[in-house]
Amino acid sequence: MIERTPLLNIATHAILAVGLLLMLLPMYLVIVAASHSLQDVVAVPPNLLPGDQLWVNLQAAWEKGHLGDRFVTTFIVAMGVMTGKIVMSCITAFGIVFFDHRLKMPIFWLIFITLMLPLEVRIVPTYAVAANALLPFQTLLDLSGITWIINALSGIEVKLEWNLLNSYAGLIMPLVATATGTFLYRQFYLTIPEELVEAAKMDGAGPLRFLWDVLIPLSRTNIAALATIMFVYAWNQYLWPLLVVTDQSYAMIAVELSRLVPKFSATGGEVPKWHIAMAGTLIVMLPPIVVVVFMQRWFVRGLINTDK
Amino acid sequence: MANISIKQVRKSYANSEVVHGVNLEVSTGEFIVILGPSGCGKSTLLRMIAGLESVTAGTILIDDKPVNDLEPHERGCAMVFQNYALYPHMTVAENIGYALKVAGLPKMERATKVSSVAASVGLTEFLDRRPGQLSGGQRQRVAMARAIIREPKVFLFDEPLSNLDAKLRVQMRQEIRRIHNRIRATSIFVTHDQQEGMTLADRLVVMNKGVIEQIGAPEDVYHHPASIYVAGFIGSPAMNFLSGQISATPAAAMLANGERITLPAHVAAAHDGKLAQIGIRPEALSIVPAGSGSFDAVFDFAEELGNARLYHFRFEDLTVSVLSADKPKVKAGVPMGIKVAMDAVHLFDAETGKRLLARGIVLEPVPA
Repeated sequence: MIERTPLLNIATHAILAVGLLLMLLPMYLVIVAASHSLQDVVAVPPNLLPGDQLWVNLQAAWEKGHLGDRFVTTFIVAMGVMTGKIVMSCITAFGIVFFDHRLKMPIFWLIFITLMLPLEVRIVPTYAVAANALLPFQTLLDLSGITWIINALSGIEVKLEWNLLNSYAGLIMPLVATATGTFLYRQFYLTIPEELVEAAKMDGAGPLRFLWDVLIPLSRTNIAALATIMFVYAWNQYLWPLLVVTDQSYAMIAVELSRLVPKFSATGGEVPKWHIAMAGTLIVMLPPIVVVVFMQRWFVRGLINTDK
Repeated sequence: MANISIKQVRKSYANSEVVHGVNLEVSTGEFIVILGPSGCGKSTLLRMIAGLESVTAGTILIDDKPVNDLEPHERGCAMVFQNYALYPHMTVAENIGYALKVAGLPKMERATKVSSVAASVGLTEFLDRRPGQLSGGQRQRVAMARAIIREPKVFLFDEPLSNLDAKLRVQMRQEIRRIHNRIRATSIFVTHDQQEGMTLADRLVVMNKGVIEQIGAPEDVYHHPASIYVAGFIGSPAMNFLSGQISATPAAAMLANGERITLPAHVAAAHDGKLAQIGIRPEALSIVPAGSGSFDAVFDFAEELGNARLYHFRFEDLTVSVLSADKPKVKAGVPMGIKVAMDAVHLFDAETGKRLLARGIVLEPVPA
């Protein structure tokens, strides 16, 4: 419904403006806090204008948090999650939409219900699998008695093990395995007219050729949207990296950021260094903002699905 | 260039059969039009030839080789789709050359072929455009060019003109015929538009409810329809049908209200007592004063066609249309005589719907 009355226009704009202010205020406070010395930050009444210590604080945060190393790690993980997700979604959706087989719908629903099981819900079993990625297969072998048979026949005890803790694979794979992308791609593929598929068949293009020559070029905006979402999602990961990584060379940036804010109990009564923590926050926020700003045009188009 | 032969071909989905044992022989270079209403199985038949649908039973041979188990691109067919089915992200040149690219033809050779084919359908200046920037007629030409460049043995057209406006449709129809006359590839064209069928076809195949009703040259089908269905489907305005019973003495068809249309004695004798449908085209009827025609009917209303006028009369509970270039003045609600022209009556068996006579019969007005 489109209303065109001046009063309503003013009201809606006012609501938008208030909302914008509410969203920007915490950001502003971060910038203010990051630009003062510790004394000024904790002063009462608080300073509401930016100070002149911003550069000093940024440098301190960068060094103290080893942000250079963490940037590299996090960037590798974010790119890995992004690429893995796009490749997996576009292939699984391709299989679900363009091939007719009896298991098509059951498989789709199996993938679909994982939307209701985000990583946070299944974190314990996922950790168990990450500790030994071959555990499910081992269990199957044990239950089916194959382990016992092999042991009885050859004396070899079958013990499959593949540890993913403290590795990029362990950080990336559980984050890739969700249904959001598959679902997004499925919806897009369903809009592809049947005749286009048949024209490609008549032209002699096999399934993979069709995927590469037709579907992927047509889904550029979807790729951009998914890439943006997944990059930001992976960049901001906290819980999973905290669990799966003990070796600091694989530590991710959000985890490191939390360490910049020391707990009151841990400092022995010392005042937490808020100015450094806020400066660190500013640095960590930067890559997702850059990605979103640059991808915005594609991102919106990919989600509303008008460009074809 | 190839001949096609379709032998006892059937198609079923789940538990319903949509094509019931079709036989058709197409000779090399022939232009065949399959004509029928939507849902008659004509598109399914075409798609089975193309390889886009599996064949439930029967055999399809192209160039005397069975193709039932071949992939679409191995059959040597090219297809023009109803919605053109152009790749929206490729330029016109890429669209036309895609099949060659898939086939692995070197770039230079491809470019030469694309430009010569594009020139032959008048697309040279549009080669760098995307399909989205073209008009309907131009898109249709791209779809044609995409088919031509493969030099296929068989051209398949699936209602390619039905998305165009009336004027462009006639123009593209002529262009398709012109291209066919030049390259003479075996072509099968599916449509529900009887005018398209009449004008394009070397031979017309009329389908209804999954079976072929008649195969023949357009003129033959028009003048000697094999069944009530074909008679009613071909020709515009549509044929009139009256029901009556044939009697040997007097030799005539007795209409429901007791009036008679005289039939030749040998015809009447051959079908004595049979219930028949009498088909007469509107242009074979003329309006005469009441009582002096073959039967009387009440004038209802008329449609102006410019060069002629189409009069609608009520006869019993039927409508009888008369096409007249003289445009006589008739008052609504007034009974007039309808005169049947000689040699223009078709008789059909009322039960089976099949044609009773091989030729039109001579009819005379009932003697007073």
